[in-house]
Amino acid sequence: MGGTISEKILSARSGKQVHAGDMVEAKVDYVMVNDITGPAAFDEFDALCVPPLRNKIVLIPDHYVPNKDVPSAIQAKKMRDFAARHRIPNYFEVGCGGVCHQLMIEQGFVAPGRLIVGADSHTCSYGALGAFATGIGSTEAATVFARGVLWFKVPESIRFTVDGKLGKHVSGKDVILTIIGEIGVEGARYASMEVSGSSILALPLSDRVTISNMGIEAGAKACIIPPDRKVDQYLKGRVRGTYKWVTPDRDAEYADHRCYEGDEIVPVVAKPFLPSNVAPASETPVEIDQAYLGSCTNGRIEDLRIAAKIVKGRKVHRGVRMIVVPATKEIFDQALEEGLIKTFSEAGAFVSGPTCGACLGGYMGVLAPGERCVSSTNRNFVGRMGAKDSEVYLASPAVVAASAIMGRITDPSEVSP
Amino acid sequence: MKEIFTGRAWVFGDNVDTDQIIPAEYLVTMNNTELAKHAFEKALPGFSSQVRRGDIAVAGRNFGCGSSREHAPRALMGAGVSCVVAESFARIFFRNAINIGLPVIEAKLPTRKGDTVVVDLRRGTVTNKRTGESSGFPAYPPFIMMLIEKGGLIPYTKEALGCRR
Repeated sequence: MGGTISEKILSARSGKQVHAGDMVEAKVDYVMVNDITGPAAFDEFDALCVPPLRNKIVLIPDHYVPNKDVPSAIQAKKMRDFAARHRIPNYFEVGCGGVCHQLMIEQGFVAPGRLIVGADSHTCSYGALGAFATGIGSTEAATVFARGVLWFKVPESIRFTVDGKLGKHVSGKDVILTIIGEIGVEGARYASMEVSGSSILALPLSDRVTISNMGIEAGAKACIIPPDRKVDQYLKGRVRGTYKWVTPDRDAEYADHRCYEGDEIVPVVAKPFLPSNVAPASETPVEIDQAYLGSCTNGRIEDLRIAAKIVKGRKVHRGVRMIVVPATKEIFDQALEEGLIKTFSEAGAFVSGPTCGACLGGYMGVLAPGERCVSSTNRNFVGRMGAKDSEVYLASPAVVAASAIMGRITDPSEVSP
Repeated sequence: MKEIFTGRAWVFGDNVDTDQIIPAEYLVTMNNTELAKHAFEKALPGFSSQVRRGDIAVAGRNFGCGSSREHAPRALMGAGVSCVVAESFARIFFRNAINIGLPVIEAKLPTRKGDTVVVDLRRGTVTNKRTGESSGFPAYPPFIMMLIEKGGLIPYTKEALGCRR
């Protein structure tokens, strides 16, 4: 019996042939924690009796940095102190880093065939480069600091094939929201999604990261896209160490196989209060108070370019706040060089440095009671971005930008045919 | 290892996400009691003042979906919740609970708020005392059972590393 990508990576990392349902302890390549999940891991780690595996650990403050208040400042300081005390080389200070998942990819920690865990649910983003990556808790992150291994139940895999040409304004975000809309928020619970097909091959890597990023919103443990040359091109000069592609065997067994026609996918939004509550943007003309462009889901340079093209020469609608948050410093600098920051600013948008910020209702754009936000982020749960009766509509960067201009949720083709 | 839990039920629906269990703005502490003060603050106001030590959460499908925050099972522990019974769990919440020693039981049990629920880990049953209805649940895989018996992932890791203290 052949293996899925997940089975093959977990076999290689555990030193034995494993299949879905087996329990393994597998060797982890990297473990990442952020400023809200890290401090608990540091406390738990102190109970263990060994020095940390310094080169496996990546520490990224991003959720509440620059510090939003004194308690968050204390948490960020805990991370800084832990890094200094144990001489952890991979600590990314404010001004040098950004949103953890994008940074992990940019900094070359992520590569095909690797097994990466992170104390953040969107760690599944790295599947876009052919890695098996999954979100974990703080306590288990601490044990990986010490032993470099972690227990896993080898997941079943579900295959998703998207074939055909995607429309002009249709992005990776629309693809994954359409899939989640169909299978539901637990449609891939405990399973690994393997996403492929000609539509996926044609997408830039940044859109693929968006797809893998939101696998968790269908309950997936991992969301893997088989690697191709675009991955190699991206990693050239960037990747740390060497890597090898892992692709599924021809006779791999899948729990299910679902197929989608790329040309039938349209720009969509996920309405409150679940990412599966999906409807075409063109049929959801609700008025908005805020338009948010950023996050690990859609804060990349490609996302900013798409949005800037739509807002260029136009003004953000009166009564709407548009907030733009490049995911990392590298993206911020690139956006500066390309004039995108100026474009947003001239349109009346607010642009900030990298942070997770308002995506999780932290700060920098929290919503008041009754307010509505169209957002390029990943979750629209009750109170996710602020007050419990505020509303979040998840959408692509193009929909966010078009909606910011029109003051209501808008299909981008209406603004930019 | 404690094997029988008897407690008053709190009833939840499907897809209870960890943002509901503990909103992100309170993720600035790891103190379980402090976190418990804000448990279900937006989704079920009044929970934190009315919950009692030993209470049991009974939920529908996909409990604990969303963010990986370990603060969620910690907030429930801090509030005194002794175990969570749900038709199904989101995987990170399930792992976190097992790793920190909060029993999580995959079973379907028709329950009303305030019913007395009994969880018997050894026999693998959950019972609603008011209705007399019982439901079985499958045993944990041996590795997870071993983690539970050792008291969670930290004691297990200490043993694997040969830590003395």
